[in-house]
Amino acid sequence: MEAWDGRRGDGGMKTVETGSAANLRSADIQACRNGPASFDVERVRRDFPILSETVYGKPLVYLDSAATSQKPQQVIDAMSRFFSKDNANVHRGVHYLSERATEAYEGARAKMQRFLNAEHAHEIIFVRGTTEAVNLVAQTYGKAHVGEGDEVLITAMEHHSNIVPWQMLCEEKHARLRVAPINDAGELLLEELESLIGPRTKLVAVTHVSNVLGTVNPIRRIVEMAHARGVRVLVDGAQAAPHLKVDVQALGCDFYAFSGHKMYGPTGIGVLYGKSELLEEMPPYQGGGDMILSVSFEKTVYNKPPNKFEAGTPNMAGAVGLAAAVDFLAGLNHDALVAHEHDLLAYGTRALFEVPGLRLIGTAHSKASVISFVLDDIHPHDIGTILDREGIAIRTGHHCAQPLMKRLGVVATARASLACHSTHQDIDALAAGLAKVREVFR
Amino acid sequence: MNSELRDLYQEVVIDHSKQPRNFRKVEGATRTAEGFNPLCGDQLTLYVKLENGVIEDIGFQGTGCAISKASASLMTAALKGKKQDEALALFKRVHVLLTDGPNGEVKPEEVGKLAALSGVWEFPMRVKCATLAWHTLRSALEGEGDGVSTEGQGR
Repeated sequence: MEAWDGRRGDGGMKTVETGSAANLRSADIQACRNGPASFDVERVRRDFPILSETVYGKPLVYLDSAATSQKPQQVIDAMSRFFSKDNANVHRGVHYLSERATEAYEGARAKMQRFLNAEHAHEIIFVRGTTEAVNLVAQTYGKAHVGEGDEVLITAMEHHSNIVPWQMLCEEKHARLRVAPINDAGELLLEELESLIGPRTKLVAVTHVSNVLGTVNPIRRIVEMAHARGVRVLVDGAQAAPHLKVDVQALGCDFYAFSGHKMYGPTGIGVLYGKSELLEEMPPYQGGGDMILSVSFEKTVYNKPPNKFEAGTPNMAGAVGLAAAVDFLAGLNHDALVAHEHDLLAYGTRALFEVPGLRLIGTAHSKASVISFVLDDIHPHDIGTILDREGIAIRTGHHCAQPLMKRLGVVATARASLACHSTHQDIDALAAGLAKVREVFR
Repeated sequence: MNSELRDLYQEVVIDHSKQPRNFRKVEGATRTAEGFNPLCGDQLTLYVKLENGVIEDIGFQGTGCAISKASASLMTAALKGKKQDEALALFKRVHVLLTDGPNGEVKPEEVGKLAALSGVWEFPMRVKCATLAWHTLRSALEGEGDGVSTEGQGR
C-alpha cells in the first residue's frame, strides 16, 4: 500500500505535531511550491470541464473531493457514448445492442477486478455505492453469521455508513457492537483493537482511510489480527480508492467496498468485492430479476455470484462511467499522483498551520488527502459560507461521523480534501480565504 | 468583503454570536424543547417560563454556528414579556423576512432588532440555521415535546 508516512517523509507532519508555527518560514513553503515534476497537474486539470467554472465571479477552488469528486471529460464522454451507441438491457436480449451493453457492463466488471487485483471477476458486485455495499454484507453475511451475544467490531473513526448498518444488525440479532478506540492524533490503537477481537467476534468492519482525519489504517495488520482468530474483515474503501493503490489480495481482506463518485466516476455506482467462497455461501440480498436461475411459485433457484447479488436491471451507464474513471486513474502515473497529493498535503498542512488560531484535526503519521481543522471558536459553517463567496468549496459539519466528533471533542470541523487536480494555488486561496474569515470574526 | 457577506455577518449578529444573551437554563421553566440541525450537528435546548400565556423568561443552551446562535440570542431578547400568540405571529413575520428578503412582504423595520438577520435570505443554505431556534420555540410553546429537526417533514 502506498500511503504518505510522515515518519519516512520530509518530516512535515512531525513539525505539525511537535513544532510551532514560528519554526516554519515562508521559505519552507516556497520550497515545496514546486511539486513533483513528473505530474503535469495543468494537463490533468484540462480534463475536468467544471474547473473552468466560476463561482460568484471567482474561479472555482474545489476542495471537497472527499464528499464527491469532479468528473473528467473521459467519464462524461463514456457515459454519453454508452447511451448514444450501446444502450440496451444486459444479460437478456439476443439482439446486437443487448450484446454490446452486456459486453460493456461485464467489461467494466473485469476492469474493477484488475483495479482491485481481485482473483476473479465474479468477486466484483456492482452496488449503488459504499453504503449499499456495507448494508449488503450486513444483511447477507451478517444475518447468516451474527447471532445473539455475538459481536461486530468497528472503530471510533467510522463513517455513519459503517456504523449504522451494523447497529441495525446487532439490534435485530441481540448482538453487540464493539468500538476500537483511537488516540488524539486520530490513529487506531491497534493493541486495543486486537484485544477486542474475542471468541464472539464475527466481523471486523474498518475504514481504509478516514474521511475526517485522513488517517490511513494498517489494513493488512488488522486483517492478520482478525484472521488469526478466524474473524472476517470488511474494509470501507470509499476514501482510499481515489488515492491509494488497492490490492485486495495483498490486503487479505474479505470484503472491500468503494463508491464510484468519490473516484472521478458517476454517482449511483460502486463496488463490493467479496471473496469467492464467502459470496458463494452468502444468502442473496434483494430478490428480483437477474439474480435467479429459475423461478416457480414453489421454489426459486438463485443465480451464482455476482448475479445473485445484483437483482434488477443494473446501473449500466454507471458501470461504464466507473470503468472510464478507472482508465482515467490508470492513465495518470500512479507514483507521480501519490507524490503530487502527498506534496499538496504537506504544503496544505504547513500553510494552514500558519493561520493563527487554527487547529488541525487528525495528525496521524500515515495520512492521505484530507485536512480537517477548526479555527478559533468560529463555527465551521460560518467558515464554509465565507469561503464559498471566495469561490472555495470545502465541507463543513460532522462529516457523517458524529461519534468521532464526540471523541475529538468538537461539534464539527471544516475539511479541505484534495484530488489529482488540486494545486498549490488552491491551498493558497484557502489560506487567504481563512484570513478573511478571521477578519469577519475579528 | 463582499456586501452579501457583510449583510449576513452584521455587527449585531457577530456580537450576539460571541456573547449570546439569555444563554442559560431558566429556573422554573414550564416548557423546554430541543432543536437539531442534523446537517451540521447543531443542537439547542430552549427553556421557556410561561405564565398565563405570557413568556416571563426564556433562555437557551447548545452549540451552533454564528447565525443560529445569534438568532437564538436575538429571539430570546425579543420575546421576553411577549404573549404566546404574539411570539408565534412574530415567527411568521421573521420567517417571511428570512426567506423572501427585505424587499418581500415583511419589511425589516417590522421585526425590530431581529432585522439584523435579514441578510440570511441571500444564503438559502443558512436559512435553517436562523430558524432553528424559532422552530424549537414553536415546539416548546405548542408542547410537542419531541425534538424538532430542520430536516424531515418532507423538506
